[in-house]
Amino acid sequence: MAAPTVQRSAANPIRKKRKELPFPLNLYQTAVGKKWVMAVTGLIILGFVLFHMLGNLKLYLGAVEHNGEAVWDIDLYGEFLRELLVPLFPRTYLLWLLRFGLIGAFGLHIHSAYTLTRMNQASGSRYQSKQDWLAANFASRTMRVTGIIVALYLVFHLADLTWGWSFISPEWERGEVYNNLGHSLSRWWVGLIYIVANIALSVHIFHGAWSMFQSLGLNNPRWNSARRLVAGGLAGAILIGNLSFPIAILSGMIEPGDPEVSISEG
Amino acid sequence: MSANTLNLTLQIWRQEGPNAAGRFETHEARNIPDDASFLEMLDVVNEGLIQEGKVPIEFPHDCREGICGTCGVMINGRAHGQERGTATCQLHMRKFSDGDTIAIEPWRAAAFPVVKDLVVDRSPLDAVIEAGGFITAPTGTAADANETPIPKEAADSAMDAAACIGCGACVAACPNSAGQLFTSAKLWHLNSLPQGQPERFKRTEAMVETMEQFFGSCTNHGECSEACPKEISLDFIAYMNRDYIKSKRVNRKLAGQR
Amino acid sequence: MVLDSKVPEGPLADKWDNHKFDVKLVNPANKRKFKVLVVGTGLAGASAAATLGELGYEVEAFTFHDSPRRAHSIAAQGGINGAKNYRNDGDSVYRLFYDTIKGGDYRGREANTYRLAQVSVDIIDQMAAQGVPFAREYGGLLANRSFGGAQVSRTFYARGQTGQQLLLGAYQQMMGQVNAGKVKLHTRMEMLDLVTKDGEAVGIVCRNLLTGEITSHSGHAVVLATGGYGNVYYLSTNAMACNVTAAWRAHRKGAHFANPCYTQIHPTCIPAADEFQSKLTLMSESLRNDGRIWVPRDPDERRAAADIPEADRYYYLEEKYPAFGNLVPRDVASRNAKTVVDQGLGVGPLKNGVYLDFAAAIERDGLDKVWERYSNLMEMYERITGEDPRETPMRIYPAIHYTMGGLWVDYNLMTSIPSLYACGEANFSDHGANRLGASALMQGLADGYFVLPYTIGDSLAGKLGTDPVSTDDPVFQQAEQDVRDRTQTFMSINGTRSPDYFHRELGKLVWNYIGMERDKNGLEKAISEIRALREEFWKDLRVLGNADTLNSSLEKAGRVADFFELAELMARDALDREESCGGHFRSESQTEGGEALRNDDDFAHVSAWAWNDENTPQTKHAEELIFENVELTQRSYK
Repeated sequence: MAAPTVQRSAANPIRKKRKELPFPLNLYQTAVGKKWVMAVTGLIILGFVLFHMLGNLKLYLGAVEHNGEAVWDIDLYGEFLRELLVPLFPRTYLLWLLRFGLIGAFGLHIHSAYTLTRMNQASGSRYQSKQDWLAANFASRTMRVTGIIVALYLVFHLADLTWGWSFISPEWERGEVYNNLGHSLSRWWVGLIYIVANIALSVHIFHGAWSMFQSLGLNNPRWNSARRLVAGGLAGAILIGNLSFPIAILSGMIEPGDPEVSISEG
Repeated sequence: MSANTLNLTLQIWRQEGPNAAGRFETHEARNIPDDASFLEMLDVVNEGLIQEGKVPIEFPHDCREGICGTCGVMINGRAHGQERGTATCQLHMRKFSDGDTIAIEPWRAAAFPVVKDLVVDRSPLDAVIEAGGFITAPTGTAADANETPIPKEAADSAMDAAACIGCGACVAACPNSAGQLFTSAKLWHLNSLPQGQPERFKRTEAMVETMEQFFGSCTNHGECSEACPKEISLDFIAYMNRDYIKSKRVNRKLAGQR
Repeated sequence: MVLDSKVPEGPLADKWDNHKFDVKLVNPANKRKFKVLVVGTGLAGASAAATLGELGYEVEAFTFHDSPRRAHSIAAQGGINGAKNYRNDGDSVYRLFYDTIKGGDYRGREANTYRLAQVSVDIIDQMAAQGVPFAREYGGLLANRSFGGAQVSRTFYARGQTGQQLLLGAYQQMMGQVNAGKVKLHTRMEMLDLVTKDGEAVGIVCRNLLTGEITSHSGHAVVLATGGYGNVYYLSTNAMACNVTAAWRAHRKGAHFANPCYTQIHPTCIPAADEFQSKLTLMSESLRNDGRIWVPRDPDERRAAADIPEADRYYYLEEKYPAFGNLVPRDVASRNAKTVVDQGLGVGPLKNGVYLDFAAAIERDGLDKVWERYSNLMEMYERITGEDPRETPMRIYPAIHYTMGGLWVDYNLMTSIPSLYACGEANFSDHGANRLGASALMQGLADGYFVLPYTIGDSLAGKLGTDPVSTDDPVFQQAEQDVRDRTQTFMSINGTRSPDYFHRELGKLVWNYIGMERDKNGLEKAISEIRALREEFWKDLRVLGNADTLNSSLEKAGRVADFFELAELMARDALDREESCGGHFRSESQTEGGEALRNDDDFAHVSAWAWNDENTPQTKHAEELIFENVELTQRSYK
């Protein structure tokens, strides 16, 4: 008969299985393992984001008396973090340890996201007609976009308030958390960046926190229905907390200045 | 019952072969009784095409009672069409309205190449089963069936997973073309039963890794479960993830620290 | 030719054990030297391939589906019988044997049926070990139900998907052997011819359905597990692709075809809704436990079902059979439905059904109870018909469901062609003239798991040291050429009608003349009309497209061509069998009460038809049925 158009009987894999690395590195070789890593690192980052937000609430406590001096409460908190577990560790050592952990988590989170995205792009084939989504929501479909927004924002945020790059925040001074925040966010365009980025962050968390349960295999009929609530609650709480800062500053509710003056006026 | 008939405009994907370029072709389906099934509607269109001397449309189908898993096309952007928990063959035309335009496309995934028109090759699903989707119990070795009692709840849960008909709608509906729902359902069917325990982690590791040679990864959208004609639950994916991570540890132990 | 059934000597209960001892064994080290081709991967084929692979044979399995898991065994809903007596209700191997022989209207082979009942016990064990999620009691032990009017609860089930779960079990076991390298699986390969050399089966010729490539495969033995031929009726509960081609090609190469007129009608199917209907859907017979069957007394009745008063309703089964009422056996229920529909009393838009009414049950037990029992069936009915059975009665009508006839096989499951075996629905052996509910799955698995793997050794042992015939041998070349020529013929007729058109027309003839009720005139007419239509088929067929791609019209054309020849043989067999038995009802042969009347003196035999040539009708060979253990009685349901 005529020449066959396709030679097959057994399916051809679209990717080859790679040589297995020793445990536990082999976990990171498969997509299920990568998702597990993504969930664990996501959990770490989520914990950081939550405590970061809670810590920032100190902004609203204004100025306090400390060792006879008037200081912004949040500046004290910043110093507390640098002094964590002193004298067991030298000053800032534990903070740096935590920072390294976070950097590692961010790195793995982003790397796994990137490699999984590449894998998914290689696995799919686009429909020519419009696909009608039933379960996928805005959050789940925009994870890559919100993730990228958050990553870019992270760099901006660090440059703005941690490294104090002068072309971004000319008035930045080390240790002056309250005033640095106040000066930077009182500019409308910076406030806007913070608002947009934090909405993206919460949208990311809304799907990510739920997805984490599935990827880690945390599934139990007794509390499955709570998983969406937990994810929504976390995303909502973080959204409200984080949005309040730029709004409070832009609206003038919080203004940079001298803690001494704030106390005497208070 | 009604003797209503419908006139429809179909946008049907036509493709000569795996390597040919495909295109949408427009066909009019006239006087389709609303008692007809979706596939019977295609039968009518094909009869018409043959009368006109045109090559009929190839579409996948067999049992036409929703159990064999052969059928399955994208209907207006949804795998198996708009009816929940219903395979294409069990979708009836009364769910459409006169004058509707219906877009019909084959399943799409890199692992499911189009064979012709609406028919795709789903053999990767068999490859996943071949990797470990079985219990090694050679014929004749079995003990009395009642020797291993299985709690009713466990048997029911295994049955929920085993209801999968292997149609591939989960892969087709997934934005990542992931095979997670299929693989996890097969895994939970066997992994949840006492008979499946000895090979549980070996099976999990092998099937997951074979799955990943063909399909994308899971981003927990949940489209698969929505598209599934048997409404298989996403829970099984979580169980699979749990077992897979565990398998890396357990299998190492079983093999004596390889 | 004398048909030797090779039934072993000795008492019924010992025959199988004695036989297992007597068959020749193949040394484990030698098993790998034998290649067995298994065609079809449903319950019988997959279980046979898996088991032969486990034993050490080189197995090649062929399916025309894209995956073995699609075989139509998957659609069986009800369950599988096993003489476990777990319910302590008096079941035994002997009782299952007796029920099967009696249910088959004493047209089955005693020894085969007894063996079936014997191994039924092992099947349940094997399938449970394979991980089939059978229904369980709260204590964790297997649940059973009574099925199809059986007096004992011996049916094991997995929701309404027993067939699917058993098929998955066998398929998975086979995939394990594929993984182990013992079974080579060919998907999308349709067997289009059997190859014989010196009267012995040596291989098959297949068409790759995706590429149109014609290839030969040779082996020491060929096993056909290709299912039944119910689709000869066009509208049946079979899947669209079910066909007789593999068995028919074997028949044309010398395998006798036995009892083709034994076809089973299932009484509770959803009637056709329109002329485009492509298949019929079966609903479990359990519906008859609570539903009352009736039709309006007036053929011109226009009122909705609920508005018709009791007096104007004709509960024909309850009136005619007060003792059994709506629970009369399948064939009786089916025939009576046909009678009332033929009288013009049918219901529905095409007046082609009868009512199955749950109103009384709902009133008695409450809607919740009834819904709990039948929700899955009622939902299915609603999906297909758009009517809610809780509000208006269901409409049902009988449909073809299973075929008891098939390739003639001896006790070893070998056909009349040496080295060619047939298992499952493809053979004729275990059900007689009628099959009991929940026995089809049992027979497929019995053959594949526990019978064939032993008996095949008997013919293989003698071939030790021989290679399979080379596919370069002229017999293969000739067979390949024949297949190519035939394919070419289909492609080049260039007529005006599609294969489906001819199939539908053929189906109407077969249903009308060789359906639930047959008579001499009708059957003679059938033969001439089938022939006329067949001639038209070969002149007016239109197959478009190419032969080297997927082409379902071309596939269909070949299958319909074989159905034509089979249909004629069915008519001939039905005409020859001047008695009524089981699924074969000749209106000339009935009791005063309208029951099937057997003629044991003249027809207690298997009719095995031997192919002659295109122009000479088949020759009948009779295998006498000897009943040493059961007494032949007349059924009565009055």
